[in-house]
Amino acid sequence: MEHIVIIGNGIAGVTAARHIRKLSDKKITIISAETDYFFSRTALMYVYMGHMKFEHTQPYENWFWKKNRINLKKAYVNKVDTDTNTLYFAEGDSLQYDKLIIATGSKPNKFGWPGQDLKGVMGMYHKQDLEQLEVFAPNNKVCQRAVIVGGGLIGIELAEMLNSRDIPVTFLVRESSFWNIVLPNGESEMLNRHIKNHHIDLRLSSNLKEIKSDKNGQVSSVIIEETGEEIPCNVVGLTAGVSPNIDFLKDSKIEINRGVKVNRFLETNIPNIYAIGDCAEQHEAIGNRRPIEAVWYTGRMMGETLAQTICGNRMAYKPGHWFNSAKFLDIEYQTYGWVFGDVGRPDYEKHFHWKHDDDTKCITIAYHKDTKEFLGITTFGIRMRHETFDRWLTEKRNVDYVINHLSEANFDPEFYSRFEDKILSTYKAQQPSLAS
Amino acid sequence: MNTAKPSMSLTKPEAFDLTTKQKLSTALGVIGLIILLLAAFNVEFPNKPIFLALSLLMITAGVILFTNDLYAGKHPGIKNDGVMFKSITSRGLWAWITGIALTSFYIILYFKATWLGLGTNGAENTGLVALFDPLSKLLNGGPASQWFVYGTLYTVAILIFGYKFLMKYKHNRYEQLRTYSVMFFQLGFAFLIPEFMARLNSDSFSLPYYDLKNIWPLNYYNFEQYRVDSMISAGDIGLGILIFGVLSIFVITPILTYKYGKRWYCSWVCGCGGLAETSGDAFRHLSDKRQSAWKIERWVVHSVVVFVTLMTTAVIYSYLGDDSSKYWLTKNVFLISVASLLTLVFALVMIFKRAQIAKDAKYGAIGYMVIILALVGLHYFNGSQLFLFKAEPLRQTYGFLIGSIFSGVIGTGFYPIFGNRVWCRFGCPMAAILGFQQRLFSRFRITTNGGQCISCGNCSTYCEMGIDVRAYAQKGENIVRSSCVGCGICSAVCPRGVLKLENDSLKGRINPNDILLGNDVDLMDLVYQK
Ligand SMILES: Cc1cc2nc3c(=O)[nH]c(=O)nc-3n(C[C@H](O)[C@H](O)[C@H](O)COP(=O)(O)OP(=O)(O)OC[C@H]3O[C@@H](n4cnc5c(N)ncnc54)[C@H](O)[C@@H]3O)c2cc1C
Ligand code: SF4
Ligand code: SF4
Repeated sequence: MEHIVIIGNGIAGVTAARHIRKLSDKKITIISAETDYFFSRTALMYVYMGHMKFEHTQPYENWFWKKNRINLKKAYVNKVDTDTNTLYFAEGDSLQYDKLIIATGSKPNKFGWPGQDLKGVMGMYHKQDLEQLEVFAPNNKVCQRAVIVGGGLIGIELAEMLNSRDIPVTFLVRESSFWNIVLPNGESEMLNRHIKNHHIDLRLSSNLKEIKSDKNGQVSSVIIEETGEEIPCNVVGLTAGVSPNIDFLKDSKIEINRGVKVNRFLETNIPNIYAIGDCAEQHEAIGNRRPIEAVWYTGRMMGETLAQTICGNRMAYKPGHWFNSAKFLDIEYQTYGWVFGDVGRPDYEKHFHWKHDDDTKCITIAYHKDTKEFLGITTFGIRMRHETFDRWLTEKRNVDYVINHLSEANFDPEFYSRFEDKILSTYKAQQPSLAS
Repeated sequence: MNTAKPSMSLTKPEAFDLTTKQKLSTALGVIGLIILLLAAFNVEFPNKPIFLALSLLMITAGVILFTNDLYAGKHPGIKNDGVMFKSITSRGLWAWITGIALTSFYIILYFKATWLGLGTNGAENTGLVALFDPLSKLLNGGPASQWFVYGTLYTVAILIFGYKFLMKYKHNRYEQLRTYSVMFFQLGFAFLIPEFMARLNSDSFSLPYYDLKNIWPLNYYNFEQYRVDSMISAGDIGLGILIFGVLSIFVITPILTYKYGKRWYCSWVCGCGGLAETSGDAFRHLSDKRQSAWKIERWVVHSVVVFVTLMTTAVIYSYLGDDSSKYWLTKNVFLISVASLLTLVFALVMIFKRAQIAKDAKYGAIGYMVIILALVGLHYFNGSQLFLFKAEPLRQTYGFLIGSIFSGVIGTGFYPIFGNRVWCRFGCPMAAILGFQQRLFSRFRITTNGGQCISCGNCSTYCEMGIDVRAYAQKGENIVRSSCVGCGICSAVCPRGVLKLENDSLKGRINPNDILLGNDVDLMDLVYQK
């Protein structure tokens, strides 16, 4: 029986395994050094905040794996010998594979800051990071202030986590406005205010210069590049993005760059080896997507696709329309299609923006300035229906149509206030030609 | 998944400790409870109305002040910080103390009401029950009973914890309206109206205590002889109420459940649901999510349905006559009607909905056969006997096991240990019947939002019915489950806007999607074709 070995028990690896099992009878082994069972990385924050216990983050009960004949092995892969199809483990043993799927995910970026390896400096990616946080920031007596470096999705989650335990947070963000490399200005500025409303000390246009240590090798303060200000703190969270977790492949024959290089079929340069999820890097980016897509959904979709290929139906990874979502403290965010921030926005892309007076809800709709084709939408504080926008994008609807039919796409709970009329009238007011 | 293992952090982080204000408010409420406790231990209070009012006010003020300190002035949003760390909500010491206290209260209430001071054989009330006499006289003109005490405390609990819930979910209109609704139905329908109705009673006119929103089989006793007799003898009003009781079962309930799902009852109207959603809200995450629990749930709750159907049939059968010239509804007409109705339902389901209940069909058939056989047996023995059991002991057994032990002692007493909907999930025959319809013939479903789920597990964790919502959401599958009471909390706590409770057409309601939205269409087509 063909033996499929998967390194990494995250969403990508586990989805591939589940679908291979559905489609075939092959022998499947999943290896991970992090945990015994698959858990949802996106839910780590809720464990620290006390919304859930760690067990709750595991989507399948423990009997699931045996029942579906998916072998689990907890070990760290040191080395891949592609000539003999063998994995070598840090624990000393080894394992033979017929086909290998690399799904090792990411690791937090460290940009060579002085002091970045001190005690109390941590990323927020693995379960072990969470355990570290419990040690160094259990409460505001042990941790009198934490500094978070890097204003992205994980940074804001870490800020919310610490905030839930009343630990004062200073949030260093390189950009001039929160996450404006992705978000349009209206959204980004609203978030600046929302973050400050939660008593988080947000420092925009601020880079980390160095992390200082006390005499025990633990963090004592950070220094800000721009102002030279020194901020005393007990914990530093490094959340300035992630990069593929593939150092163990450096000496193998598998082609790597930042990630494991794959073609559209998620195949590497070695015929029986594939890579999916956060660690895979496309030779050429697909559409507006980045060559490395470090999000949950793409890991899942790559896993679904690769399972087809492995089971004899060779299939390219062809993601549909882009979508994503997140939550910033109390505000939910969803996006469908492409809406660019100031950075990298194509010059044909125009925006319509509407914001509610309560400063927690807004939308931006992107469209082509000449053809008026609808390109994408970003919503804050209003839930939208994925299916509807997916269809509108496929049908290449124009912006007028979308704004006139917004209520069809609303996905808020029943009885919620609706804003389609206000949005429409704002739109009309901005487009005098439509008024007639 | 749902084990009681301590969380990763060894001790509870201080941020989740009670603030001084919260401690003081708790103390205030506890003093209010102590007054009740002292009364129960026969401490004579000089001025009963004042002490009763004082006690209830202190309890109310305690909860309100506590709530205000907890939520007022906070940003609207999900308020589950520290739930898994707090002793009371994570099966810690306080949870056990509360659980044992509540359970003991229920046992005394059901089986030793005299300990609470209930006067029997015409004797005056003493103790706790006597403390409530003034209020009872004010409302219904008579002295209190242990049920009056219970009803009052129950209503107060729903109102004050309803306030807490309203504050907690101030950003969510669905939760708000639903909570106003249960508060209204409890105060009006379950508490005040029956008390006022009792006031109308005289020597010549008497209605049984009737909470109009309580529908058979939840009020399994509704068609007992003494009740039916007294309704019939109470003229038009009584007859009207009796007819309403029957219409509720066969007309009103099916229509509303078709349109809105069983939530119209379970989380908008019902008193058991009302208590679970308000006082029990803090314990909703304790429900068991394991698949094995789901299996047990289906066996137990459907057995209760079979039990209550048989019991009620036997009870009604036992007091009907044989002579059709006296009254059209004779023993045999009744039996045949019950059997025909069940056969009709069974046949319709098997013909039209077979595909949807594939695996469960076998169990449905077993349940159906058991009932039919029993009915035949009933006819064969043509007496008040159901095989070897007499109707009356059967009724008593049901009342004891299901009515008292299950719904009260376990169902509510163990809130802090097993979660707040144990009764609704494992025991309530009404919920099972509504659920059966909801599963097969209703417009209600929880729609999953394409591919947006990140499998975080908030929805499953906070589903009080122990439904593994995530298992559906992460596959892009709508949630159509008989046990879902439509509380809407899964949708509220989802951080990615994945879940929406809605009523829509029957078509496409159940959609087993294996590959989620987001992939290129080719792949989706391929999988759908299989
Ligand atoms: C805090 C946080 C919040 C997030 N929130 C969101 C969100 O809301 N939405 C979203 O779309 N995305 C989110 N993400 C990103 C998302 O979680 C990742 O894109 C996704 O988990 C990647 O899945 P994966 O299967 O590729 O890899 P991983 O989940 O990283 O799994 C890889 C596994 O392989 C193991 N491994 C690596 N190397 C080896 C080795 N040599 N030997 C053995 N085992 C090895 C790792 O320890 C790990 O367990 C979030 C990420 C984090 C950290
Ligand atoms: S599935 Fe959702 S709405 Fe239904 S009972 Fe569970 S939490 Fe409530
Ligand atoms: S439906 Fe929402 S709450 Fe449930 S697992 Fe998915 S993202 Fe989490």
